[in-house]
Amino acid sequence: MDPELTLTVDGATHTTTCDTRTSLLDLLRRRLGITSPKKGCDHGQCGACTVLVDGRRVLSCLTLAVTRDGAEVVTAAGIDGPLPQAFQEADGFQCGYCTPGQVCSAAGVLDEHARGWPSVVTADLTDTPALDDAEIAERMSGNLCRCGAYKGIREAVRTAAGAATR
Amino acid sequence: MTDVLEPRAIGRDLLRRDGGLKVRGTAVYADETPVPEGAGPPAYCRVVTSTVARGRIVDLDTTAAEALDGVQRVLTHATAEHLASTEDRELAVLQDAEVGFRGQIVAAVLADSDEIAREAAGLVEVRYAAEATNAELRAELRADRTDLYTPEKVNAGHETDTATGNMDDALALAPVTLERTYRTPMQHNNPMEPHATSALWTGTHLTLWDSTQSVHRVRDTVVQVFGLAPEQVRVVCPYVGGGFGSKGTPHANVVTAALAARALPGRLVRFALTRQEMFALAGHRTPTIQRLQLAAERDGTLRGIAIDVVEQTSKVKEFAEQTGVPTRTMYAAPNRRTTHRLAALDVPVPSWMRAPGECPGMFGPEVALDELAVELGIDPVELRIRNEPEVDPETGRPFSSRNLVACLRAGAERFGWADRDPEPGTRRVDGWWVGTGVAASVYPTIRMTKSTATVRREGDRYVGRIGAADLGTGAYTVLPQILADALGVDEARVDVLLGDTDLPEASVAGGSSGTTTWGSALVEAAREFRDEFGDDPREGDEAAADVPPNPAEQEYVMSAFGAQFAEVRVHADTGEVRVPRLYGVFACGRIVNPRTARSQLLGGMTMGLGMALHEQSLLDPRTGAVVNHDLAEYHVPANADVADLQAHWLDEDDPYVNPMGSKGVGEIGIVGTAAAVANAAWHATGVRVRDLPITLDKVLG
Repeated sequence: MDPELTLTVDGATHTTTCDTRTSLLDLLRRRLGITSPKKGCDHGQCGACTVLVDGRRVLSCLTLAVTRDGAEVVTAAGIDGPLPQAFQEADGFQCGYCTPGQVCSAAGVLDEHARGWPSVVTADLTDTPALDDAEIAERMSGNLCRCGAYKGIREAVRTAAGAATR
Repeated sequence: MTDVLEPRAIGRDLLRRDGGLKVRGTAVYADETPVPEGAGPPAYCRVVTSTVARGRIVDLDTTAAEALDGVQRVLTHATAEHLASTEDRELAVLQDAEVGFRGQIVAAVLADSDEIAREAAGLVEVRYAAEATNAELRAELRADRTDLYTPEKVNAGHETDTATGNMDDALALAPVTLERTYRTPMQHNNPMEPHATSALWTGTHLTLWDSTQSVHRVRDTVVQVFGLAPEQVRVVCPYVGGGFGSKGTPHANVVTAALAARALPGRLVRFALTRQEMFALAGHRTPTIQRLQLAAERDGTLRGIAIDVVEQTSKVKEFAEQTGVPTRTMYAAPNRRTTHRLAALDVPVPSWMRAPGECPGMFGPEVALDELAVELGIDPVELRIRNEPEVDPETGRPFSSRNLVACLRAGAERFGWADRDPEPGTRRVDGWWVGTGVAASVYPTIRMTKSTATVRREGDRYVGRIGAADLGTGAYTVLPQILADALGVDEARVDVLLGDTDLPEASVAGGSSGTTTWGSALVEAAREFRDEFGDDPREGDEAAADVPPNPAEQEYVMSAFGAQFAEVRVHADTGEVRVPRLYGVFACGRIVNPRTARSQLLGGMTMGLGMALHEQSLLDPRTGAVVNHDLAEYHVPANADVADLQAHWLDEDDPYVNPMGSKGVGEIGIVGTAAAVANAAWHATGVRVRDLPITLDKVLG
């Protein structure tokens, strides 16, 4: 018997059953038809499947769906505010396939930064770091973009963060 | 001279029309195609691939797989339908027991869920009789192999070998000569979207929602392979998650998806390659071995230039990368030679990867020029300028426009090249050796001969139709800009529909030819439209046109040029290599949309950075397997690898290329990047790396 689980995705509640081997990514894409998160590698190596689960960014391809019963999931389709527009203005994408993962990851970065979390390039761990180019690049490096839109991605995150441009 | 359009929408910095869908993730890619009305529940395909590089299947047991609940079919060479044409061996999927490379598809499982299909694929048991010859010999490319052969032609119809004057005499007589061997590794395109198809066979008609750079090429291939009529096959592809050449030609996965759909009529079958499978089934760039010879006067004037290329192809099908071709056009010299030799190995079929020919083929020559500059004590920018040809060196034909020298000068100015101390290994900052380097870029201006467009009045809008593809290049945005100027109307009133064989036939999105080719067809269709219907057309008025011939292509050599400048830092203790600055200046005709063009150039340079520092597919010569077959081990640049990256261009008016004045920007950005980085790494450390990528073991060595 496949177990039942309930998820909230971009504000809508879904109750469904699934094979216990099903990843959160496959559940969203195959079972619920929510295809905003993408499958680029299925091994947690590219970041295209990034979604927010209970506010934190996770790789949905490495998350077994049954472990997230009751979770609140946000995909790029559920992210409003300045980020999506900033990505467009900065041309922070080309083919668009890694983009929903980049947008979710960027939302996670903004939240993590607002909480004062440091990264490996943060020099002073006693103060909230400025979200400069190096901080953004480091924090966004889990999301590969083969089209090479990294410069635009950084600009989009910086704009959305309201930080002064370099 | 062509009749160049008056730019109004052309040149504007417009946002991508498909941007809103892409940032929300609601643009529909092949694997996400909704189940069409009337079709049954979707089925999922997973494949079993060969574990030997060459041999024969002697036993294939599908009993356990077929017994699994939810499995619909297991296709093997014993059960799959016989294809109408097996002429293309890469596409002769499941037709016999022969294995030509490791990773070849030997069975396909169709099941009600992806999980079941995957489990069942793991239950298929295959025994092989591996061929008992010297395994190491079969998959290793070396210049001293005794079985190298001369292909009839190399890619794009170029001559395999060319010679002018007498290179041997030039080497004997010139006061300064240089002979070096350079190597570029096997590489994989790795678009972020794995190759994927959703396929539906209704009993009479086949529809493929395929991730491709050319819906028409996929249709024509499937028609031939399956012996169907063109009207029985429709291929649809509104969005492509990157391709960089690997989706320019249909590979075995497309045939597999069609076989699977035909085995389950009425059900939508989804088949996406795994990232690992892509390393065997989606093409690769051949490794190259390039022997360069230069003969020069002491003032740097080249008396001779030669490149002899050795590269691999597959025994399954020939693919001859045109690596020596850029050397034919770059620099003046009275004595010249270019050759290509191939080794046919037990490896997957090589294929197109961004700037085939030019990309690997500008590594050896551009590093050799740097080495010559050092030997002569001449600045490497100046050495290139001194060897600038007045006409195309091999053919003697004039260039329609050539601004390499202007790019070198503008780049040097922006980069701050003038104060450069040529001594290597003398600048150490905070524990890092610092150096700078330069290299040139080139890419031919290609216009495909065949594409058709229509223009139609619909409501108060104008709708262009052409079965082209936007793989992130910006075609959805750029083509309306072109059509608007051709019609003399506001860009906001123009749409252009792409990505469907129900639309007029379009050439492949490859060779940086898209804007040039499809734009030409749209401009011609707009002219027909205006001639026929004037300035006040009625609802439904429509005109069609093909790409017109351009006689100037016979008179002129047409190419884009560029110059790239890199700053490299090498950590003195660890050998870590970083590229804090990479600037490119390009002369690539008129830019139709600065925003999307800049992204393409930066994207090419980023992939070039990957070629310089990260990318290499490690082929185990014993097994024919790429051992680093995923994105954790085949490294592509990540965000933090890219620092101060800039792409600029010169205003270039070329009246001969096409009505847009465009030359294409998709590929030139990757050309020369790796050489610029390698030259800067030498300047930083004094260590000359001649085989890519530039890893820390090489710079410490």
